[in-house]
Amino acid sequence: MAESVIRLEDVWKIYHMDEVSVPALSGMNIDIKKGEFVAVVGPSGSGKSTTMNMIGCLDIPTKGKVFLEHHDISKLSESNLAQIRGKKIGFVFQTFNLIPTLTALDNVMLPMTFQNIPREERLKIAKNLLVKVGLGHRVGHLPSQLSGGEKQRVAIARALSNNPEVILADEPTGNLDSKTGEEIMKMLKGLNKDGKTIVMVTHDTDLTKYAKKVIHIKDGKNIND
Amino acid sequence: MIRDFIGYGISNLRRSGLRSWLTMIGIFIGMASVVALISLGQGLENSINEQFEAIGADKIIVQSKGIFGAPTTEVESLTEKDLKIIENTNGIVDATGYIIDTAKLEFNDIVRYFVLVGIDNEDELIKEIYSYDIEEGRNLKKGEKFKVVLGNDFFKSELFDKKLKLRDTILLNDIEFTIVGFYETVGNQIDDRNVYVSYEVAEDLYDKEGEYSFIFAKAASDTIPEEAAERVEKEIRDDRGLDEGNEDFTVQSAKDLFESFATILNILQIFLIGIAGISLVVGGIGIMNTMYTAVLERTKEIGVMKSIGAKNSDILMIFVIESGILGFVGGVIGVILGVGFSKMVEIIAANAGYSIIKISFPPFLIIGTLIFAFVVGSLSGLIPAYKASKLQPVDALRYE
Repeated sequence: MAESVIRLEDVWKIYHMDEVSVPALSGMNIDIKKGEFVAVVGPSGSGKSTTMNMIGCLDIPTKGKVFLEHHDISKLSESNLAQIRGKKIGFVFQTFNLIPTLTALDNVMLPMTFQNIPREERLKIAKNLLVKVGLGHRVGHLPSQLSGGEKQRVAIARALSNNPEVILADEPTGNLDSKTGEEIMKMLKGLNKDGKTIVMVTHDTDLTKYAKKVIHIKDGKNIND
Repeated sequence: MIRDFIGYGISNLRRSGLRSWLTMIGIFIGMASVVALISLGQGLENSINEQFEAIGADKIIVQSKGIFGAPTTEVESLTEKDLKIIENTNGIVDATGYIIDTAKLEFNDIVRYFVLVGIDNEDELIKEIYSYDIEEGRNLKKGEKFKVVLGNDFFKSELFDKKLKLRDTILLNDIEFTIVGFYETVGNQIDDRNVYVSYEVAEDLYDKEGEYSFIFAKAASDTIPEEAAERVEKEIRDDRGLDEGNEDFTVQSAKDLFESFATILNILQIFLIGIAGISLVVGGIGIMNTMYTAVLERTKEIGVMKSIGAKNSDILMIFVIESGILGFVGGVIGVILGVGFSKMVEIIAANAGYSIIKISFPPFLIIGTLIFAFVVGSLSGLIPAYKASKLQPVDALRYE
């Protein structure tokens, strides 16, 4: 049995709006193992986004526990959590979320900057990654000079820059045409083959064909349980 | 890492170009005024010091209180008797007096009024104080009648629609005088327009036999000039039978005189720099405002950076550096403008005949201004940056 990378144990997230309490997650259990390609699917309002925030260690649960490898994230300081998150998880967003004032190369280097990796090394890794995603000729371009597919490939290169355990992709094809979307999915598939753990959150059930494991979410719960 | 943050800050400031420039105007106006005021003040102080050194720290100046005061009050002028008292005061080695009055000059059918100085050019003490050199002709001899030496401006400028030259005859208080010399420029227009005659001639012209407008005295080298000045004051007071505090004359050592100039100058400078400081505070608030806007605009970006591993301290640093750059660039422009402005004042003053104003830019002023500008910028950005650093990644990412 492969070891767990990210584990959600009876996770609750309750939002308080005025007097009303709205549970987004009500006892979510997810166990993501090393080397898996997991698709988290569910209709809108099912708690998908909140699940994704929990898996990405971007949010703290109201109740229950989130483990990133062996660390209980609720016990980590904000700075430690950021440091670990930056090292262990690479994010790919639906809207790419590149920093608009930085070139493709600088965007890919940024996560390594936050890990205090020396500049020379950062440059080398970032260039290699951009070549790997097929953008070796676009390193000096700003995001505004790139197409949607290219932006998402820069985002994938950025996600890979600290050589994380897990790539967390939130609707990675949502803003792309179907052909480009397919290219991106093949790229993620390829990364999984190379040993990366991929977690993809999507409402598009078509994409589940790329995954080895599908988790269905409804009403803030994992209905596979 | 800092290097990357600086690069990132610069690219962000360029992205919001006009806003960054407008923000910087607030800072550089303040900085330019501070630099200009300090360098001009410093220049003025330097030239005062130069003059002080030219006259000498051992000099004591005695004058009637009424000389520049209201003409209605009957004022005892200084006399030969006073001069004797001063000369005989303990600690005084030499003393001399001279007359200053208004002269009516007529030449080329034009009448103009100038300041006349009646001095004994052969007196050693006068030579020390009035150490001006002759540019054309010669100096006056003791008691020389109907001869006049003029300031440099009479020689250089057309004060009577044409320049005066040696051996020209002018009417001084309706009496014919011949010009025998011109002094070289002393650096300020007022003194460059003085008219010099021998003391005896001034006595006759103004009917002031045995009287002086000023008496200069020289303290002995083993005496403290200020103490000698006090003794002089006491001697004259006793002679005139006056109470302390009711003197109709003043005695000042050169040091007192220049210290009072320096005090006035300092007060003026502090006042003006205070006003410039207010504009700096306003500039700082401008930076704060801009940084708040930047944090709001880039909330999502902050969320992205946090999700890819930025610590709170990284975000804080990014925004503080960015506002520091705003302040620093504002400071650089401010220094350039300030230096330019005071240079301009110097040139204009020199053209108007006041070449004694020499501005100075001590390195501490330039470096200090730039550091100060960076600190003002950083501090102004601190609160917005702190706010940015405390954003929760999940909330920031959701922000549209």
